[in-house]
Amino acid sequence: MGMTMTQKILAAHAGLESVEAGQLIEADLDLVLGNDITSPVAIHEMEQMTVDTVFHKDKIALVMDHFVPNKDIKSAQHCKCVREFAHKHQITNFFDVGEMGIEHALLPEKGLTVAGDVVIGADSHTCTYGALGAFSTGVGSTDMAAGMATGKAWFKVPSALKFVLTGTLPRWVSGKDVILHIIGMIGVDGALYKSMEFVGEGVSGLSMDDRFTIANMAIEAGGKNGIFPVDDKTIEYMRSHSKKEFTVYEADADAEYDQEYIIDLGKLEPMVAFPHLPENTKGISQIGEEIAIDQSVIGSCTNGRMEDLRCAANILKGRKVKKGVRCIVIPATQEIYLQAIEEGLVKIFVEAGAVVSTPTCGPCLGGYMGILAEGERCISTTNRNFVGRMGHVESEVYLASPAVAAASAVTGKISAPAEIVTGGAGN
Amino acid sequence: MRANGTVFKYGDNVDTDVIIPARYLNSSDPAELAEHCMADIDPEFVKKVHKGDIIVADKNFGCGSSREHAPISIKASGISCVIAETFARIFYRNSINIGLPIIECPEAAHSIEDGDQVEVDFDSGRIYNRTKGTEFQGQAFPPFMQNIIEAGGLVNYINKK
Repeated sequence: MGMTMTQKILAAHAGLESVEAGQLIEADLDLVLGNDITSPVAIHEMEQMTVDTVFHKDKIALVMDHFVPNKDIKSAQHCKCVREFAHKHQITNFFDVGEMGIEHALLPEKGLTVAGDVVIGADSHTCTYGALGAFSTGVGSTDMAAGMATGKAWFKVPSALKFVLTGTLPRWVSGKDVILHIIGMIGVDGALYKSMEFVGEGVSGLSMDDRFTIANMAIEAGGKNGIFPVDDKTIEYMRSHSKKEFTVYEADADAEYDQEYIIDLGKLEPMVAFPHLPENTKGISQIGEEIAIDQSVIGSCTNGRMEDLRCAANILKGRKVKKGVRCIVIPATQEIYLQAIEEGLVKIFVEAGAVVSTPTCGPCLGGYMGILAEGERCISTTNRNFVGRMGHVESEVYLASPAVAAASAVTGKISAPAEIVTGGAGN
Repeated sequence: MRANGTVFKYGDNVDTDVIIPARYLNSSDPAELAEHCMADIDPEFVKKVHKGDIIVADKNFGCGSSREHAPISIKASGISCVIAETFARIFYRNSINIGLPIIECPEAAHSIEDGDQVEVDFDSGRIYNRTKGTEFQGQAFPPFMQNIIEAGGLVNYINKK
């Protein structure tokens, strides 16, 4: 029986000829990731182990991104703990304020994740690197500690769902709309314990930023990982960002999938996920009612990349954020921030009445930098709209693309980009 | 090993944000996390929970964020076991790794109600509802995971290897 792309990567890292779904394996890790919230717990766990060194100082990435610049004293203590650990163990890839970015935008940009890698991260959105053809998955702090100590992790080999993408995306429709459409279709546990493999001729038309967004939200369908085949765009991205050797794995022609879905990208429209689950999706033309908003957040590991900012700027240029709406733009990394300045995007945002923040996960998880009050409503390019996710338990988060979030910031209600922009270039 | 306690019953898709909201993640102290356990789904939980009590939920329990603070806060609150129709995979791993007993059992999850008195035998996977006089067979762990649990979590398991 053939193997899926994910199974092939796992087999190679377990030193096995082949693996099958359900098999328990121990795999070698190419990278172990943690952030300022999850690493302190992992460091504490590692201190209880009989090992006192990390398995490889170049294969651990510690990124201070959730509550930095330190939002309060306790967060400062956490960052200090990680900083001291990084110093003690001479961790090469420790990213502190000034050089950090949101981890899942930062690691590919720094060239630390490439095709064929096995990556674990103590952050659920670690599945993002599947966009590059890597197997990457979120774990908890104890797994991170074990990974840092041993360079290995145990996995149950997943079965897979196959998503065959055809056609090309219409104007104002992006990767975010593709993944929201899929989550709406299969539900928040539709891919529980499984791989989501995205294939088909439609993949070639998707930019790398689109692919990062799609793979990033595999966890919102319960998936173990999301993964894309490696093509010319992937190779070009890796060559321009990384010096690491990469390995291209392809699914066998006779690989077995639990289910196959065919998605015509050309038929998609901007999607919005209503509170309080990412599966509560509606096409923007199907909404009907008027939904007034208090805040619009454009950023996060899902949608804080260059294309996302360009798209938002394209809509906000020469327009104003509606009075009474707070629009918060968060470039995902320092490099993206700098490029947004050089391209004049930051000027556009500020002139429109938006604020531009240093890279942080802050508002996405209700940490800081845009917390909602009781009864407030936010349109957000982030990844979760659970109860209380962005603040008060009686607040609401609607998930959408940067195009919809920017258009909604201008009108003060959830709006299709095409409602306010006519003519000109697309997204 | 057995658990014996009063049930706190929840529905589908209980996410780790409602189990332990991010506003409390500036701490990693189990006792402090336990003070806020279930804060955004059941503010009464911490006032009512007693050592040994059991959480029962429907599908996809623990979905969302990978924060290990979620199973840590549940364990530190005194909960002895979580029974659900299904668990989200990162929560499942984390629970095994920190030694919080969890059991998948759709029949028990559907039948047991809030406030029922329930007994669980971890060795056999049997779940007994003393209030209703009903009994269920939960899914046993594969030997590999049983070894981690018996060692008292992943850290001890690695130390013993």
